[in-house]
Amino acid sequence: MKVRATSEDRLTQIVLIGLALTFLAFFLLLPLVAVFSEALGQGLGMFLEAVQTPDALAAIRLTLIIAAISVPLNVVFGIAASWAITKFQFPGKSLLITLIDLPFSVSPVVSGLIFVLLFGANGFVGPWLAEHDLKIIFAVPGIVLATVFITFPFVARELIPLMMEQGKDDEEAALSLGASGWQTFWHVTLPNIRWGLLYGVLLCNARAMGEFGAVSVVSGHIRGETNTMPLHVEILYNEYDFVGAFAVASLLALLALVTLVAKSVLEWRFDLHSGASH
Amino acid sequence: MSNTLALAGAPPGVLPRTIARTWRKRSVMPGFGLTFGFTLAWLTLIVLIPLATIFLKAAGMGWHEFVAVGLSPRALAAYRLSFGTAAAAALVNAVFGLLVAWVLVRYSFPGKRVVSALVDLPFALPTAVAGIALTSLYAPNGWIGQFLEPMGIKVAFTSLGITIALVFIGLPFVVRSVEPVLADLGKDVEEAAATLGASRYQTFSRVILPAIGPALLTGFAMAFARGVGEYGSVIFISGNMPGKTEIAPLLIVTQLEQYAYAGATAIAVVMMLASFAVLLLINWIQAVNRRRMGA
Amino acid sequence: MISVRNITKRFGSYAALHGIDLDIEPGEFIALLGPSGSGKTTLLRIIAGLEFQDSGQVLFDGDDVSSLKVADRHVGFVFQQYALFRHMTVAENVAFGLQVKRRRDRPTRAAIRDRAEELLRLVQLEGLGGRYPGQLSGGQRQRVALARALAIEPQLLLLDEPFGALDAKVRKDLRRWLRDLHKQMGLTSIFVTHDQEEALELADRVVVMDHGKIEQVGTPEEIYMNPATPFVSHFVGETNRVTGGSGEIHFRPHDVDVVAEGGEAVLVDNVFRKGGCWRVEGALVETSMFVEIDVDAALPQPRPGDTIRIVPRRSRQFHFEPTSNPEGGQA
Repeated sequence: MKVRATSEDRLTQIVLIGLALTFLAFFLLLPLVAVFSEALGQGLGMFLEAVQTPDALAAIRLTLIIAAISVPLNVVFGIAASWAITKFQFPGKSLLITLIDLPFSVSPVVSGLIFVLLFGANGFVGPWLAEHDLKIIFAVPGIVLATVFITFPFVARELIPLMMEQGKDDEEAALSLGASGWQTFWHVTLPNIRWGLLYGVLLCNARAMGEFGAVSVVSGHIRGETNTMPLHVEILYNEYDFVGAFAVASLLALLALVTLVAKSVLEWRFDLHSGASH
Repeated sequence: MSNTLALAGAPPGVLPRTIARTWRKRSVMPGFGLTFGFTLAWLTLIVLIPLATIFLKAAGMGWHEFVAVGLSPRALAAYRLSFGTAAAAALVNAVFGLLVAWVLVRYSFPGKRVVSALVDLPFALPTAVAGIALTSLYAPNGWIGQFLEPMGIKVAFTSLGITIALVFIGLPFVVRSVEPVLADLGKDVEEAAATLGASRYQTFSRVILPAIGPALLTGFAMAFARGVGEYGSVIFISGNMPGKTEIAPLLIVTQLEQYAYAGATAIAVVMMLASFAVLLLINWIQAVNRRRMGA
Repeated sequence: MISVRNITKRFGSYAALHGIDLDIEPGEFIALLGPSGSGKTTLLRIIAGLEFQDSGQVLFDGDDVSSLKVADRHVGFVFQQYALFRHMTVAENVAFGLQVKRRRDRPTRAAIRDRAEELLRLVQLEGLGGRYPGQLSGGQRQRVALARALAIEPQLLLLDEPFGALDAKVRKDLRRWLRDLHKQMGLTSIFVTHDQEEALELADRVVVMDHGKIEQVGTPEEIYMNPATPFVSHFVGETNRVTGGSGEIHFRPHDVDVVAEGGEAVLVDNVFRKGGCWRVEGALVETSMFVEIDVDAALPQPRPGDTIRIVPRRSRQFHFEPTSNPEGGQA
């Protein structure tokens, strides 16, 4: 067969594909397999026992609570920000987008540190908090704050390009037909962006549940109280309870797989990222 | 200018509205005040004020104290390690990320969709999970480590291990930024090169690579920036020996655990400034590039 | 001489070309004219070596080039969207074909620069060599693409819808310029177009294609005056089609005499000025078939509701498929 001007012969293709797949197998697939293999290596019984200890259950509960608070907050913010940014023209817009992206370029550890500096015992607001018997650092509010900071750009980032591309013709049409602002948003905008929104929520949720560095700094690692699942993994691992650590880790890996599958389904079904989303 | 003069005599209350209207273009769309106001308030509360505290805290330190902790030998070693391993990992990712993106865009093979989905694993898998998994693989008795050990290659608890963890973390950044550009690159440009007598290799090096260069650079920069700050996936595999395998984020945590807030702050500020400088530099290169191509 | 022998090409189950034969004399300017999906671009790309035929041959001066790679065919190709290298300056774009030559064939750096300058002068872009394609207008980009294709001194120039991406005014100017340039250089050239006006104005010979087959090859005059098939008659120029008996009769709106008696009666429906004529739209009274007629504007303007009588001055009769034999000539 003749080789087209814009392609390589089949042998080159096979070599390149082989190289890429080998690389991915070593760097991505193997770690994933290792998690499940270590978790189930001592039998299913050990696995079930490990994820049902009171501390593990408390960690799971806390992780779910954190996600349940921080994801909706980011959804509201993401929608508001992308509405303001994509439906209006104003100077300073690109600066605003840069600032929204800022948490992406801050180390997770620093993201935790800033809240310690603000609300910690020696922090700027710390003494006042202590006076009023309020606890943020080494408590759930601190973990929520750090998580919201870390996941801050996720939803907005998905929605801004999507809404930019969709323009505002639909909204203007609805307004010209007499719809109110809320009606326009509810009946026109939201249906248009729902899959992109879901996509953002998925990524935001995965990060919220899996965040380690920032949460580690503000949580204080109090077992059964301020330990999220990733922190619990660390504690068990450092205590050489490898089965326990990998058992909890495998639950998080499962969450990651579900996220990936859902994300892929969204991409295939709705062509979210090919620029032809209509 | 004349606008300002004309407004000077306006009744109170009209002035702010008029300014608001000239600041943003008029629009029939509702909800600007609500959404913009909320966006700005929430951004300020969650991101800007907390981030400002770190600089405020640093400003409260004396210059000498700042240098003493921020640029101590232990800190310098940590920066060198963090930036060095992040750069090495980003470089590996630039090469293999480009390869993966190329294969995903250009070729068809069974299981391509699964592979494509797997590329995002580092985005979805909690870093701590990645960290313990990589450690167990590369430990001297691990699946991969047992083969490397006899060859004298130590991965776990060395800077090589840190680099491997950062390759894991950074890969999707390169793949995902190169992929769309590669897909958008018109076939006709490659065909044009071929009709002009270019070999496939010449077409790749002179036409395709320069065209995806900016995207590759962006991916590299994002992988690098993420690598410098990465914590969860690294601390398990790094061994955390001060001065040897202690990354900068870990040093911050160590300082915090010793209630040395000033030290933690100084190191954080140095790291952030260095990261921002790299990102600014790359943004600047991209801007120059864009202006040149008139796009 | 470029020869195409019995070329066939399928894309999956879709036959893009079947059995194409064509000879092109040195120095000719050939138009491949047809609607979209007619296979004209596929044929052009097969001649260039960008696609490969399933069967048949492409001969350059008697040599079969079918197995030759595109890079070795020395064919200049101007792409529809120009396909300029956006990261290179105009001069670098033009010089590309010389830069990628093997070292022993490659001209010196100075010679390449001179050649690029000379070509830019030829396409009237002198002094713009330092610009990037993104900084040029559509017409300018088109000419850069042409200069780049000419740089390799091709034995054949192929242009895919060369004016397709331009607005009407620029298109017209560029058309005239390209015709002059061809006259001046005498390079064998083939261009693809769906615009009959473009084909008739520029080409020495026009190849009309439809559904992967050649319908007719001829000079613009032959194509217009003696269309070989109903398709050509209908696709090139305006044509009235009137069915009758075992076939249909075609006549052009301007090939009609208005007579006082006899002929066919036409009930006028709508009249407007079209250049030096009245364009009359109406229906044949007898069969109520729609016709368009040009009436000399020196005559009084017909009114809607009038009946005028017409005699086609020149018409062609085509029998229905499968015979479809043309019986052109005077009626």
